[in-house]
Amino acid sequence: MTELTKLTLAAALDGLKAKEFSSREITQQFVDAIEGARKLNAYVVETPEKALAMADASDVRLAKGEGGKLEGAPLGIKDLYCTKGVRTTACSNILGEFTPTYESTVTQNLWDEGAVMLGKLNMDEFAMGSSNETSRFGNVINPWRRKGDNQGLTPGGSSGGSAASVAADLCLAATASDTGGSIRQPAAFTGTVGIKPTYGRASRYGMVAFASSLDQAGPISKTVEDSAILLEAMCSHDPKDSTSLSVETPDWRSDVSKGVKGMRIGIPKEYRMEGMSDEIDKLWGQGIAWLKAAGAEIVDISLPHTKYALPAYYIVAPAEASSNLARYDGMRYGARVAGENLTATYEDTRAGGFGAEVQRRLMIGTYVLSSGYYDAYYLRAQKVRTNILNDFVEAFESCDAVLTPTCPSPAFAFGEKSGDPVEMYLNDVFTVTANLAGLPGISVPAGLSSSGLPLGLQVIGKALDETACFRVGGELERAAGFVAKAEKWW
Amino acid sequence: MSARTPYVIKGETGDWELVMGLEVHAQVSSNAKLFSGASTAFGADPNCNVSLVDAAMPGMLPVINKYCVEQAIRTGLGLKAQINTYSRFDRKNYFYPDLPQGYQISQFAHPIVGEGEIEVDVEPAHGGDAYAFPCRIERLHLEQDAGKSIHDMDPSSTYVDLNRSGVALMEIVSMPDIRTPAEAAAYVKKLRAIVIALGTCDGDMEKGNLRADVNVSVCRPGQYEKFRETGDFSHLGTRCELKNMNSFRFIQQAIEYEARRQIEILEDGGSIDQETRLFDPVKVETRSMRSKEDAHDYRYFPDPDLLPLEVEQAWIEEIRATLPELPDEKRARFETDYGLSRYDAGVLSADAEKASFFEDVAKGRDPKLAANWVTQELFGYLNKQDIELADSPVSASSLGGLIELIANDTISGKIAKDVFARMIEGEGEASDIVEMHGLKQVTDTGAIEKIVDDIMAANPDQVAQIKEKPKTMGWFVGQVMKASGGKANPKAVNDILKAKLGL
Repeated sequence: MTELTKLTLAAALDGLKAKEFSSREITQQFVDAIEGARKLNAYVVETPEKALAMADASDVRLAKGEGGKLEGAPLGIKDLYCTKGVRTTACSNILGEFTPTYESTVTQNLWDEGAVMLGKLNMDEFAMGSSNETSRFGNVINPWRRKGDNQGLTPGGSSGGSAASVAADLCLAATASDTGGSIRQPAAFTGTVGIKPTYGRASRYGMVAFASSLDQAGPISKTVEDSAILLEAMCSHDPKDSTSLSVETPDWRSDVSKGVKGMRIGIPKEYRMEGMSDEIDKLWGQGIAWLKAAGAEIVDISLPHTKYALPAYYIVAPAEASSNLARYDGMRYGARVAGENLTATYEDTRAGGFGAEVQRRLMIGTYVLSSGYYDAYYLRAQKVRTNILNDFVEAFESCDAVLTPTCPSPAFAFGEKSGDPVEMYLNDVFTVTANLAGLPGISVPAGLSSSGLPLGLQVIGKALDETACFRVGGELERAAGFVAKAEKWW
Repeated sequence: MSARTPYVIKGETGDWELVMGLEVHAQVSSNAKLFSGASTAFGADPNCNVSLVDAAMPGMLPVINKYCVEQAIRTGLGLKAQINTYSRFDRKNYFYPDLPQGYQISQFAHPIVGEGEIEVDVEPAHGGDAYAFPCRIERLHLEQDAGKSIHDMDPSSTYVDLNRSGVALMEIVSMPDIRTPAEAAAYVKKLRAIVIALGTCDGDMEKGNLRADVNVSVCRPGQYEKFRETGDFSHLGTRCELKNMNSFRFIQQAIEYEARRQIEILEDGGSIDQETRLFDPVKVETRSMRSKEDAHDYRYFPDPDLLPLEVEQAWIEEIRATLPELPDEKRARFETDYGLSRYDAGVLSADAEKASFFEDVAKGRDPKLAANWVTQELFGYLNKQDIELADSPVSASSLGGLIELIANDTISGKIAKDVFARMIEGEGEASDIVEMHGLKQVTDTGAIEKIVDDIMAANPDQVAQIKEKPKTMGWFVGQVMKASGGKANPKAVNDILKAKLGL
C-alpha cells in the first residue's frame, strides 16, 4: 500500500478528488502512524473515532463530487484552539480537563471546508516557550537528530507538536499559532514551512489567548503551496473578533509559482548579529544569491530599532498575558485547589496550575503594568513597537519583502537553554519584529546545518501582502530543493 | 429663585464648609450587554443571562455593543458635554469571584464623553428658598458591571450570579461643585431626570440601576474659593468616598454624618484618611470599607482585544437630532407656555411622568390652577401616602374635570377640596360627586339675600355695631356660609353683605 501519509496536502487533495483513495484510507493511515509515533509526544489528544467519522462523511460528499477545499484531508490541531467536545488545555494544568462547548472560528472554517481532525497537538504551556519544554504533557521530541547523535532535540516552540507532527508525517498539515515566532521557529527546526499572516487576517475567537495584540493563527505544512492552501481556509473576517480585519482572502496558492522576477528584496543589516553562526550567515547569503538569480533585485535596508524588539516584546507580551490569564482563577472551570479562604484558593490554584515559565511571565507582566513602572516599561515598549513598525514602513518604500534567517541556530537539545530564560528568549530575535509590527512572515526550509539539521529562511512582507511571502517563499523552496526528511527512528 | 448661600457647619473651633464630587453609575438601557449578546433583563434566575464571553471562557473576546455607545453619546449630549470622537477601552485588573475575566473593561484614559454642565434645582431640606446652581461634569465613560456575590445563602460558601456581569454602565463624574447634602441629592435627582427623559437609563434606584458614590471633604470658609481660583486640590480637605448610595435620603444622611465625623477628627487634632466608606442606613453612620493602603493597583492598560472607539461626527449629529425634550427645556417651556413660576415649572418638569400628567390636566384648562392642584393637592397627597403617580387614585382627566368645575364657578375652591377627598375615596368623577351631594355653588343672589336678611334679623346687636367694628364682617360671612352649607358663592356673599350692612 502506498504511504499516503507522505503526501503533501496538495497532492492528497488531488488524490481524494480523483478518488485514487478515500478519506477513510488516508485517515486510517494517519491514525496508525500517530499510534506508532507516541514516542515523539506530538499529540496530547488523539481523536481517531472522530477522525474516521469525519472521513466517512467526507467520502460521502466526495463520492457525490461535492465537498470543500479541504475535503477529506486529515489535519492536526494545536491544543490552543478550542474544539467543541474535545479537551482543550493549551497544555496547562490550570485548564484541568476543560472541554469547550464551542469551536474556534479558525477550526470551524477548516471543518466547513471538509477537513478531518486527527487530534490535538502538543505545545508550550499557553504558547509560552521556544522549545516545547513547558508543556504539562512533557516536551515533544524533534523527529530530526544530529548526524551520528541520538540525543533528543527540541522541535522548537511553542508550536512544537504542530511542527513535529508535520515533519514526521503524522498529519497532512497542522494549525499553529505565532505570538513571537511560535510558528516560524519550530518550522525552521523541523524542515517544514510555517507562515504567520498579517495580524487580523485570522480570527482569534476561540484561541486560548496569550498576548492579544501579537497572537495570530497560521499553518505549518510540508510545502509553501500547502501553507497557502491551509492559510486560505483558516482566514476569514469574523465579527466575533474586534481585531479581525474586514478583508477578502486572496488566492495565495497561485502566488507560490509566480517567481520573484522584478521583486525588490530587502536585506536588513541589523539582522546580522554578533555571535551569529557562520552557517546561518552562509545560508542567508545563499538565499540572497538564489533570489538574485531568479531575477529579484537585492536592496540593502536598515531597520534601526531591531535591537530593541526583543526587550519590547518581552514587556508587551507578558503584560497582556498577565491580564489575559487572570481568568484562570479556579472559580468557573479548569483546575481548582481549594484553600482556607478566597486568597488562598487563588494562590494555591494558580501556583499549582501554572508552570514555572508561565509564572515567570505573569510576574514580569504584572510588574511592568504596576503603577510607577507602567511608563518606564509598558509605555516605552509600545513606543518601541511603533518605531519598529515605522522602520518597516520606511524600508518597504525601497523593497517588496525582507529576507532574514528564521533563527540564530538549528534545533538545540533539551535542557540546553531551559536553564537560562534570556538565552531561550534570544531564539525569537529574528521573529518577534513581525509580531510587533503585525506583518506576515513565512519560514521556508533552505538547507541543512553541518550537523545535518534543517535551517530556515524567513520572508517578511508588507501588511496584508502575504502574496510577497508566498512568491519569495515559493522561489526559495524551488531553489533550495529541500527534500531531506528526518530518518525514522521512532 | 433665591441665591445660593454657603452651607456652614459650626464646629468647636470655628466654621466648616463641605465640598463634594459625585460619581454616578447609571445602567445603560439596552437589551444586550456592553460586550456580549446576553440579555440584561432584571429578575432572571441566577446565571441565566450569561454568555460565554460574560463567563470569561477561554478564547472568548468582547465585541462592543453599538447601541450602548449610542446611549452614552445621547447621555453626553443631554449633559451638554463634549463628545469625544476618539475614546478607548482599558482593562482594570483585579481578582474577585464575581469578576470572571479578572479585569473590568472600562475607559480610564480616554472617556467617550468629556466636560459638560447641568443646572441643578435645589429645594433645601431644612426649609429655605429654592435655588439653582450649575454643576460641571468632568466626564462620562462606559464600563462593565461585575456579577453579584451572594454571601448569605450558605454559612461557609459564597455564591456568584453572573447575570449582571458585563452589563453596560455609564459612570458620570461631577466636578467638586456640590456644597450641601441637599445639593448632592438634587444633583442625583437632576441627573436621573435627564437620563430618564433621554431613555438611556431607567433610573431605578431600588434595583441599583442608578447609584452614587459621594466624595466628601470639609474645609474652612474661603478655602473652596481658593481651590476654584487655582484648581489646586491642596486647598481642600482629604476626601472619603461613600460608596453605592441608592436613595436620596441616604445620600443626605450619609453626608451629614460623614461631615460631622470628619470635623470631629480634625478638631481633635487628627487627620482624615483617604478611604472608601459604606453607609449603614439602620445605624445612620458610615463605616470604613477599605483604606488607601489596601487599594488595588489596578494595572490599567489599553484592552488589546478592542480597537479604539472612533465615532463619526455625523453619527453624533444624527443622535443629537433625535434628542427628546430635556427637563430644563421642558421647564422653560412650562414657564413661557403656561406662565408657571420657575419653581412650579421645575417641580413639574423634573420627571417625565409628572410632566406629562400635568400637561394632560392643563390641556385646555387654566394652567396655573392645574399646576396648583397637581403639585399641592395631588402630589401632596401621594407623597404623604407614599403612592407612586402611576398608582394615583385620581387620573389626569378626572382632576381636569374637577378643575373645570372650579374655573366655571360650579364649586368654590374650598368645596373642591372636599370633592377631591371624595374622588380619592373612589366616589367617582367630580361632576357626579357634586351632583350626588348637592355641592353646587349657590350664585342665585335672591337665595343668598334671603339668608343674609334672616341672619341680620336674628342678630340686631351685631348689625348695630358693624360700623365701629368692621371686623365683625368676617363673622357675618361665616354665618352665611354655614347657613348655606358652604355652597354660597363667597364673592356674592361678600357683595350682598356689604350692600345690606352699608359698608
